[in-house]
Amino acid sequence: MTDTAIHRATFEELKSTAGAEFVHELIDTFLAEAPVMLDDLRHALAMNDADRFRRAAHSLKSNSHTFGALSLGAMARELELGGLRSVRDADGAQLEALTLEYARVARSLTELKRA
Amino acid sequence: MHKGGHGGARLLVVDDNKVNRLLLARNLELQGHHVATAENGRVALEMLRREAFDLLLLDIEMPEMNGFQVLEQLVNDLHLRDLPVIVTSSLEGLDNVVRCIELGAEDYLTKPVNPVLLKARIDASLEKKRLRDQQKELVRRFATPEVAQHLQESGFSLGGKRVRGSVMFSDIRDFTPLVESQPPEATIDLLNTYYTLMFNAISGHGGIVSLIIGDGLMAIFGAPLPLADHCDSAVRAALEMIELIGLFNVDQAAAGKPQIRIGVGIASGEMVAGYTGTNERATYTCIGDTVNLASRLELHTKTADCPILIDGATRQGLRGNVELDTLGPVTFRGKAQPVDVFSVKLGQ
Repeated sequence: MTDTAIHRATFEELKSTAGAEFVHELIDTFLAEAPVMLDDLRHALAMNDADRFRRAAHSLKSNSHTFGALSLGAMARELELGGLRSVRDADGAQLEALTLEYARVARSLTELKRA
Repeated sequence: MHKGGHGGARLLVVDDNKVNRLLLARNLELQGHHVATAENGRVALEMLRREAFDLLLLDIEMPEMNGFQVLEQLVNDLHLRDLPVIVTSSLEGLDNVVRCIELGAEDYLTKPVNPVLLKARIDASLEKKRLRDQQKELVRRFATPEVAQHLQESGFSLGGKRVRGSVMFSDIRDFTPLVESQPPEATIDLLNTYYTLMFNAISGHGGIVSLIIGDGLMAIFGAPLPLADHCDSAVRAALEMIELIGLFNVDQAAAGKPQIRIGVGIASGEMVAGYTGTNERATYTCIGDTVNLASRLELHTKTADCPILIDGATRQGLRGNVELDTLGPVTFRGKAQPVDVFSVKLGQ
């Protein structure tokens, strides 16, 4: 399987240091938490809450890097550093792209868990 | 609490992000540590004030109370400011790292944290903490808890200040023949018991022992912390020392061991107190005429055959009722003017 959503070497290293079983639990936690972060981003955008927006993007970036979800991490990083205004200027287009990328990551992680 | 080696320390992980928290805790547990977690700075501070931890792993970007605010609180907390903190964050920008270090963080690791690097940093921090704890223990051993705390707060900067206080010198009478009459182990044993008793009496009255030489010691009442009734404290400590030696002698006699007698000299007035020495090795001491006089009075106890002698300034400073015998003026070597000397009556 070729997987562009997850950087395999990063993921394998995570598994070898923390243990496969633990990483499976960690994936479950991420899959439960990440949608909350995405919701947070949308809410923060709607409420014009820059702090909340930055924190949610920061959190998503950090977790993406942990699992080797490099594209998702890079997109979240842009939101964290670019801030609320750039997203507002683009009518939330970045959030849509981010949501799509997250769906890809979630699929890959679920498959990796099964493998 | 953490003791020796680097396994089994108690660590607190603070991170609002659950994945980060779980992963960090897991890595640390695999290294043999005991890990507790908190989801923000406020909860972490509550836990730190309730339980003892050896090290804190702190995220910066958190709701309610962020990592910078936690660091600020720790610096201002006497009980927590020595707790080593390693910041783990994915915040970017060198200014954030600098700010953490300036606020007292020991180290800064970027997330995701590399487990090998994490282990190295934690081991180094725990080792530093162990050394700091040892230093604190040393200070504690030579001073009262209040004084030890004052020293921790004020730092050990060299240099003196003028203070008013009382200085005490004490030593064992006819110690040399005693040493020659018994094996060296017995002498060390005797000295250890003797010092334990003397330290107890002195620190029990708010004094600190600043110097030990052979069988003699010097104690200060009124520095580094002011002591309103330093004259009374010094005299009361001396009376207790004599009383304790009396009890000690009963035990010695029962065990067929030699008994000891001590002489105590106390002088009061202005002196210069502070750390002297070099940056590598320094000692807290007092210098000045008052100190010289206390030493002369202690020597004079042999001649006068009275165990506790005090000078006129100490007598005038006494607030409580202390019975004294007036010995009259004595001219000491190195003193131009004769000094009024008083003997403290025993058993009061």
